[in-house]
Amino acid sequence: MMAARMRSRLAWVLLGVVLVAAPWVLSASWLTPLNYIGLYALVCLGLVLLTGMAGLTSFGQAAFVGIGAYTTAVLVTGQGWSPWLSLPVSLVVAGVTAYILGWLTIRLSSHYLVLGTMAWGISIYALFGNMPGLGGYNGIGGVPPISLPGVSASTQQTFFWLIALFVVLAFVAARNLLDSRQGRAIRSLRDPAMAESFGIHVTRLKVIVFVIAALLAALSGWLNAHYVSVVNPGPFGINASIDYLFMAVVGGTTSLAGALVGPALVEVLRTAVRDLVPSLTGMAGGSFEIIVFGTIVILLLQGSGGGVMAVLRRWLPKPRVPRAPVSAEALPRREQPPRGQALLRVAGLTRRFGGLVAVDDVGFELMAGELLGVIGPNGAGKSTLFNLLTGVLAPTAGRVEFAGRSIGGASARHIAGLGVARTFQHVRLRPEMTVLENAALGAYQRSRAGILRSMLRLDRDEEARSLFEARRQLERVGLGEAASLPAGSLPLGQQRILEIARALASDPVLLLLDEPAAGLRYQEKQALARLLRQLRGEGVSMLLVEHDMDFVMNLVDRLVVLQYGQKIASGTAREVQADPRVIEAYLGGIDD
Amino acid sequence: MNATIAALLLQDGLTNGLLYALIALSILIVFLVTRVFWIPAGEMVVFGALSMGFLNTGVLPGTVWLLAILAGVALLSYSWSCWRLREWGHWWGVLAFCVLYPLAVGWLTAWAAPLRPDPIWRALLTLLLVAPLAPLAYLAVFRPIAGATILTKLIVAVALHMVLIGLGLLLFGAEGLRSPALISGRIDIGFTRISWQLVLVLIASVVLMLALWIFFERTLWGKALRATAMNRLGARLVAVRPEASGLLAFGIAGFIGALTGVLIAPISTMYYDGGFLIALKAFIGVVCAAMVSFPAAVAGALLVGVLDAFAAFYASSLRDVIVFAALIPILIWRSLTSRHSEDEE
Repeated sequence: MMAARMRSRLAWVLLGVVLVAAPWVLSASWLTPLNYIGLYALVCLGLVLLTGMAGLTSFGQAAFVGIGAYTTAVLVTGQGWSPWLSLPVSLVVAGVTAYILGWLTIRLSSHYLVLGTMAWGISIYALFGNMPGLGGYNGIGGVPPISLPGVSASTQQTFFWLIALFVVLAFVAARNLLDSRQGRAIRSLRDPAMAESFGIHVTRLKVIVFVIAALLAALSGWLNAHYVSVVNPGPFGINASIDYLFMAVVGGTTSLAGALVGPALVEVLRTAVRDLVPSLTGMAGGSFEIIVFGTIVILLLQGSGGGVMAVLRRWLPKPRVPRAPVSAEALPRREQPPRGQALLRVAGLTRRFGGLVAVDDVGFELMAGELLGVIGPNGAGKSTLFNLLTGVLAPTAGRVEFAGRSIGGASARHIAGLGVARTFQHVRLRPEMTVLENAALGAYQRSRAGILRSMLRLDRDEEARSLFEARRQLERVGLGEAASLPAGSLPLGQQRILEIARALASDPVLLLLDEPAAGLRYQEKQALARLLRQLRGEGVSMLLVEHDMDFVMNLVDRLVVLQYGQKIASGTAREVQADPRVIEAYLGGIDD
Repeated sequence: MNATIAALLLQDGLTNGLLYALIALSILIVFLVTRVFWIPAGEMVVFGALSMGFLNTGVLPGTVWLLAILAGVALLSYSWSCWRLREWGHWWGVLAFCVLYPLAVGWLTAWAAPLRPDPIWRALLTLLLVAPLAPLAYLAVFRPIAGATILTKLIVAVALHMVLIGLGLLLFGAEGLRSPALISGRIDIGFTRISWQLVLVLIASVVLMLALWIFFERTLWGKALRATAMNRLGARLVAVRPEASGLLAFGIAGFIGALTGVLIAPISTMYYDGGFLIALKAFIGVVCAAMVSFPAAVAGALLVGVLDAFAAFYASSLRDVIVFAALIPILIWRSLTSRHSEDEE
């Protein structure tokens, strides 16, 4: 552990020395492409967060680069501002634009965002060329370079240091962000229903990631304007935006390093195509360039989709996965209601789909500390009932009361906030995240750290507590050994149990289980039943919706039986088993 | 505003709007059946128009080579997946489509082009050349990623669009082309005079939309496509092969694109890279329809066309800004009317 830390510290120092020394060693013909790679990498870093992590994408990043560049050009050449003063303004203008555009589209599904970014990419480009004061398509010239006080160096050298500094800072901030509570939330945005059920405000977080990507693009634009000293609409059009995305895809959007590898590789390939093709065929290289890149992107996406990084990773050491501390202060706990108090009250609950009444006037109560089963044959309305309780669907009529508060028609996030945790019938984990990280997602709403705190690593105390809580819950359900494996590598039975651990990590008042035994093998069912018994012994209140009669019968305290959307029986397992209507529902009537 | 100008602009706008509507339909069909954003729809139109232009001058259009290239890649890609799955069931059919068809059509074009055929034959040849490009692109590019996320398919569609633009520049050159009208002149309908070209566009669009409607409502294949659009898994369970539906959807899209190219060739000068804006404007029409409804997509595209014509007249440099800015109120309206964002993995 100590040796690893020393080694990583040494690597950072080495990197620093190399980056500081490079401009004195390398000639300008090396520094120019390296500087451009750095400028592209800033934009690509945003695109990796957006595309690879949050599952969104943008074909308009070049427009944000342009906003950053134009803002500083206007302020510095027109108003005589210092570049360092115009930097925050560039960022604010781009950030606000992104915020507005994001809010407009992200509430719809993400493909509208993509179309929107294309349309705005073109519009903003045309605005650059036509807005008064921006110099038309010739742009604004004479943007002064940035000089470092007390250092005599060429523009190339100065910008190498500046760009390297910003790339390293952005990279570290992005890495810190991903390795945090907010990072786990961002990586779960691809499954909005799951994310909402753990209290994550999906729309807001998507907009935030979109804004972060725009800020990185604007930073690149600010540097670019002062580096090339001219700003014109040319490099901010839709084709440039497509270029940026292609670089990110070539590098690989599933890892941050892809944002560095992609631009570097594209720059090398581009030079090669430009030099080689005309000499080989006597034709201009321009059209070949896009044919080659387009084809590479298509082939990479037809493969694993991980880009070049997926190939490189085979030879690289395994990335460090987060580990839970051996001990940490416990996260704040919710107040649990006294045993035997009515926790969930359902009365007259009805849900219609057109003419079909999926849930018809159902009512029951669940006491604190109780394990209540809801069973019924296929099509009995179990899933609809579950969706009504968890806020996925709104009831047509009737009441759902949780701990004295009405939750009928409330959002999934609101219900989760009250202490109702759930599992999913079709397992919904993030397969590429580790078991520990998946479990820690459950503790999201018990911690507070925001985006900025996470980027600056000011969240470590709380993060340790969250990870410790996740570890505690994994050990509670018997998955402690698997903590650092990717969740996708577990067999289905253990994935179900992981979902329970994740739900437990949210310190629930009530745990809702949606057909946890579905698709499990006999041994897996036995293990699950043992776990549920153990949890009941520990006083966890649970509602179990299940199809499998045998699984439920010896497990639950009381049962509610549904058929055709109606409650046909309730009581202890023995009472229900003797009920002729239940027998008829499950075995068919005698006169059928 | 001058009434004569307004009438002319409206005519222009409706003509363009109808063409946008056709493309919007092709985009919507492809999206509903395969979840692919058919961004290269614009390239189909451009290739159609440029082929018309080349045939008009008696030169063999580069589309022949494009057809050959795409067919070759499609055959390779299909054979590769057959080989990997050890499943050669439909290989012979694909072989015929990828080898015999391009050979036959290529030979026909090479024979007919120097003869400078009549407009109607030019149009037919163009349809034969351009329509199969879309299904070939499906076989080569989209079929192997049928199970990928919408996002991945979208990026692939944009990559394909870039490749097609590169090939377009290589095969057609950077010059713009405009063909003579299929039927020239205007007819007087009382308050204004309508160009025959508009009448032709109108008739062709209406016939095509009717044909599509009959296809989707009355034929087994049309119903199979609708079933796939509504529920992929369900359609599969009743033995609608997703591959066949994909091929069919792309076939229809290719045909519509080629036809639109034929119709647009005399109306505006087309360049090899002009397809993207056309496709995006058609997309606005589709967004109006929430990516679901065909009639709403047509209405949306007509509106875009009219807005486009008026914007081009009154503020030509800001034309695209105005048209794309129209997306903002549409999106606000959409986000107010839809409660949930249903993302697919």
